[in-house]
Amino acid sequence: MARAEPIPSGPEPVTLELHRYVSPKTFYPLAGRLIPWFGGLTALLLAVGLYYALFIAPPDYQQGESVRIMFIHVPAAWMSMFVYVVMAGAGAVGLVWNAKLAEVLARSCAPIGAWFTVLALATGSLWGKPMWGTWWAWDARITSELILLFLYLGVMALQSAIDDPKRAARAAAILALVGVVNIPIIHFSVEWWNTLHQPASVTRIGRPSIHISLLIPLLLMAVAFMLYFVTVVLLRMRNEILERERHSAWVTELIQSADAEPAPPAAGNRPRGVAG
Amino acid sequence: MVSLRRAQDALTPVIFFAIVVALFPLGVGPEPGVLAMLAPGVVWVAALLATMLSLPRLFANDYADGTLEQLLLAPQPLAVLVLAKVVAHWLLSGLPLVLLSPLLALQMQLPADALPTLVISLLLGTPVLSLIGAIGAALTLGLRGGGVLISLLVLPLYTPVLIFGAGSVAAAATGLDVEAYNSLLGAFLILALTFAPWAAAAALRVSLD
Repeated sequence: MARAEPIPSGPEPVTLELHRYVSPKTFYPLAGRLIPWFGGLTALLLAVGLYYALFIAPPDYQQGESVRIMFIHVPAAWMSMFVYVVMAGAGAVGLVWNAKLAEVLARSCAPIGAWFTVLALATGSLWGKPMWGTWWAWDARITSELILLFLYLGVMALQSAIDDPKRAARAAAILALVGVVNIPIIHFSVEWWNTLHQPASVTRIGRPSIHISLLIPLLLMAVAFMLYFVTVVLLRMRNEILERERHSAWVTELIQSADAEPAPPAAGNRPRGVAG
Repeated sequence: MVSLRRAQDALTPVIFFAIVVALFPLGVGPEPGVLAMLAPGVVWVAALLATMLSLPRLFANDYADGTLEQLLLAPQPLAVLVLAKVVAHWLLSGLPLVLLSPLLALQMQLPADALPTLVISLLLGTPVLSLIGAIGAALTLGLRGGGVLISLLVLPLYTPVLIFGAGSVAAAATGLDVEAYNSLLGAFLILALTFAPWAAAAALRVSLD
């Protein structure tokens, strides 16, 4: 509570230069300027990464062409965990310092992380069919990824069940933090449970020290996914800010000026009738 | 003790527990071998669901009549008060499940040797369920559709308890050593005792803001 939250319409407290960007009012246009850059970089890296992954990387001697699923699957799985940590971290910052922008970030993370989790599960399933001969195995990693998805869905359900954005953000932050404490426990429980029950039925794909020709596209794709996350989270945060601050003076001004001149397409995937 | 005045509230989860277990033989057939194999998991999952069913009552009445706000203002740390509420709640909803469980396990053809393990694992595990559940109950206080929402919030967090609770019973049924399981369940209990009241107290403050 030491740092007072800047009131959108009032004069901004000049404490730290960085502090200025934490105000939704200054963050909104800043994010708007950054989005094209991150979006462009994402597209570029995705194109290069996919080209490497699909055409340059050699097929695996055991798995053949289906090894290429890895270039989507592994980055998606990485991101699914990373986004959860970001969400919980932002939630904690929001709880402790009452920072509005952190709350917005936490809320924007949840659906993206959930989709990464779905993507990891879906591609894993597609990969599992030719490799293991089954769409689904109660393998330790798959199971903990599934539980991670449930955790995301819980956070999202809680967020949408509470109308007051402040209370929603704080409640979801507590839940996300409890989840973060639990994730290692869940992970190791599931791992042990699996090894206890069926030691030999699930053979992990032997991937001894990944070869450089596979590693390069994998890392390219990982960076591309990360940039994609940044782009989409900024888009979502802009939407979220507009919705939260819709009664503040600067948003009203923004809408009026947007009505006057044709606005750039507000490229959000959640058009929420802000201007209406 | 006030909760005792409404015996119906305390009994419902226990009856639910018995019914859920009874549904499994109807669903999968009365084959004793199959039932014995399923027994640890079925009893544990049913206990999990019964605990969850009783969670909304944990704070709901106090919330409705304003007692909860008085508790927030009380000089005692809120976490301690939450812990007291959870203990009372467990005595009324968790303990009856533990006491009833050997009977249901026998119906499920669980070998008699495994019964003490079942009781011990439930004794260690159900308080953890109540403690974690208190966080969910505090977060969903006063929300529309809170009951269903609670299940979405707490069931994923229950998975470790289920794994080791049911695991210990299954191990006992096949004559394996269960000490490691019980140690882990005990560790969960200590961990939950330490952190859950505190998290639930924070959640209550958010919900009553």
